[in-house]
Amino acid sequence: MEQDQPCVALHNVSLFYRSDDGREVHALEDVSLSIAQGEFVAIAGPSGCGKTTILKLVAGLIPATRGQVLIDGVPVRGPQKNVGMAFQNPTLLPWRNALQNVLLPLEVVAPHRHHFRSKQREYEARAHELLQLVGLNGFANKPPYQLSGGMQQRVSLCRALIHEPEILLLDEPFAALDAFTREELWGVLQSLWLSRRCTVILVTHDLREAVFLANTVYVMSKRPGRLVHVTHIDLPRPRTLEHMFQPEFTNYVHEIYNRIGEVRA
Amino acid sequence: MRTSALLHRVFLPTIAILVFGLSWEIGGLIFNVDEFVLPRPSAAIGAYFEWQTAIWPNALQTLFTTLVGLGLAIVTGTLIGALIGYSTLLYDALYPLLVAFNSIPKAALVPVFVIWFGVGTLPAILIAFLISFFPIAVNVATGVATVEPELRDVLRSLGASRLDLFVKVGFPRALPYFFASLKVAATLAFVGSIVAELGASNRGIGNLMVIASSRFDVPLVFAGLFVVALMGIALYAVFAILERRVVAWAYR
Repeated sequence: MEQDQPCVALHNVSLFYRSDDGREVHALEDVSLSIAQGEFVAIAGPSGCGKTTILKLVAGLIPATRGQVLIDGVPVRGPQKNVGMAFQNPTLLPWRNALQNVLLPLEVVAPHRHHFRSKQREYEARAHELLQLVGLNGFANKPPYQLSGGMQQRVSLCRALIHEPEILLLDEPFAALDAFTREELWGVLQSLWLSRRCTVILVTHDLREAVFLANTVYVMSKRPGRLVHVTHIDLPRPRTLEHMFQPEFTNYVHEIYNRIGEVRA
Repeated sequence: MRTSALLHRVFLPTIAILVFGLSWEIGGLIFNVDEFVLPRPSAAIGAYFEWQTAIWPNALQTLFTTLVGLGLAIVTGTLIGALIGYSTLLYDALYPLLVAFNSIPKAALVPVFVIWFGVGTLPAILIAFLISFFPIAVNVATGVATVEPELRDVLRSLGASRLDLFVKVGFPRALPYFFASLKVAATLAFVGSIVAELGASNRGIGNLMVIASSRFDVPLVFAGLFVVALMGIALYAVFAILERRVVAWAYR
């Protein structure tokens, strides 16, 4: 059965690397986790614990020292094509406008790149649709420097989704935004996920963000990073900002907060 | 072009040049400077009109060697710059060699080129090339090497090849650096051409200046210098306009 096969699986993954000053860094220790198709997972933990490393392993940007990373049951060897990534910085190309930035993956990923010219109209329509979905109607032709930080991050999300990836990897995408914009974008991301149902791995140090968005929240320890705790968030969707003040929501946040406190002690 | 931009980029520089020329002219008159030592601009302009049929073929020759040398420098400079910008290995291996080549005074190479290629157009092209190559290579390398690692990750996570990375990110990212270097390289290329023509050519503005000074016709020497300066400004302006069009995003 397809449903039984996890979309992303890590089996006893450890990672060592040599830092720039030549010291051996033990980034991850014996991490195992299994993420179902269409699941929204958040990974929380103290800074420098290797959260980002997990994303890079799944994307195939770095190889695991020990253990195995599987996507749809197939071992990851090298960069994957069916993933989309977004980072804390929007990392837009300053010489392209919002629309052209969103289209970038279609110019690179097979098979889209082979018919980019012939299907350009269709692709542009798709990009416009995404921009509209994140509330950027009428900003398609603006260069990045004319967009606010929150708008740039929305464009970055669209870019991560335009090629309809199976897995969306988000590395603290809202960390650099002000509180209001951040909470607004949680809603945007939730509705994007509800409409697409791709698998999402979100790395964050904001516990309310993790509880608001995810089905499952993992807590990581200090370096070397291990998964020390799992919480399944059993709250109805779509979650709204009002939910955040209700006891069932805050209980989840408290519980995870205490776990992190144990980890850091 | 908006009126304020026109004022700033055309009108103000013109005034500055006129003020400079007038002070020179008046200073020469007041202090009664001998024409043989420092001719006044009016004398140089007079010499220009007297000799313009002789000046222009030489000016075109200098422009030709400069542009060919600069063109070669653009092609090889961009290539080498992209290579050493991308590969730390090549950077570490080749950079000292490039610095060594650039440290050689180009004027010292003129006699060597005369032995190899004889007197003529080729030494001028080669010196113009050598003198303008280095800034282009170094700037393109900087532009390519300073691509943000996250941007690289975005593309790599899409399965982009190294060529994709260069075409989509590295090259456009390096363009502002490229144009900045081009403005330096263009003026340097003129220096290279004329230095070569001074000793190793029977044509070009450099050669004209040698002949003029051997006849003690100092106003004609200065007329030659003015023509070179004007061509330098013109080439600079062409690149500046191109830059504004191509990399407008870098100047906001």
